[in-house]
Amino acid sequence: MSPAFVIIAFVTLFAAAAAMSLRNLVHCALSLVVALAGLAALYLQLGAQFVGFAQILVYVGAVAILIVFAVLLTRSDATPNQAILAPGWIVGILVSAVVFATLGWAALNSTGLPKEMSPAPEATVRNIGDQLMTQYVLPLEVIGLLLTAALIGAVIIAMKEEPQKTRIEDGRLKMEKPSGPSSILHPPSSSGGHA
Amino acid sequence: MTPLQGCLLVSALLFAIGLAGAVTRRNAILALVGIELMLNAANLNFIAFWRYGPHPEALSGMMVVIFSIAIAAAEAAVGLALIIAIYRHYRTVNLDEIKDLKG
Repeated sequence: MSPAFVIIAFVTLFAAAAAMSLRNLVHCALSLVVALAGLAALYLQLGAQFVGFAQILVYVGAVAILIVFAVLLTRSDATPNQAILAPGWIVGILVSAVVFATLGWAALNSTGLPKEMSPAPEATVRNIGDQLMTQYVLPLEVIGLLLTAALIGAVIIAMKEEPQKTRIEDGRLKMEKPSGPSSILHPPSSSGGHA
Repeated sequence: MTPLQGCLLVSALLFAIGLAGAVTRRNAILALVGIELMLNAANLNFIAFWRYGPHPEALSGMMVVIFSIAIAAAEAAVGLALIIAIYRHYRTVNLDEIKDLKG
């Protein structure tokens, strides 16, 4: 437990608590940035350089900007006048406290945890690239497919619905009606079927 | 307290903060932020166990965290798109007022 770890952990936890408890959503987003940057510092301190910089790129760079844009687009940047917590929030706080007590008890009393520190592992970007291209190549491809599908889906979900769309489709349907068979679902019975 | 236990305690507290925010805040965006914090707490656990585990040269924990970050990015994109679509429909992101599916 080095002093640097304690300081970074306190900053991270304080920023996370602020992100969850402030009234103004923009302040919440900024506190979230601090918490995520603190987590990246924790990763760097644990010797995971690649993950730390990926955390900064993805979370501090992209996800935080996404959240700020969502705050902007939903016009909820003004401080709300009403209560910010849902009714029954005390139950939620209690459940969270129970979860933390259970996890903390398990972490402090577990006998299976390794006691001595192993020497710092060699985790260069070259090693990570080798592993990604050999042992983990299938998960890498699946993640690429997942990201593509998720981003296309996000664009389609957030796309503005056009009110004239149905009218245009109706017009096209009327124009296409007289020419030839309009659907492949009802083939003529004389030519289809088995011989 | 060993360094591993310190990491686990920080991660547990971060998870509890995220859980409390996700279930108690009324704003849908902040519920999503709470879920992101919980995901990050799990990532911190993976990194801690990778660093202090018996076989850190295998890079397993690090690989899981890299894939988890990618999945969390996809989740954030889809979740925020859903929130924007919901706002366009209901003109609010207050989770207590979005209850048309309750029947």
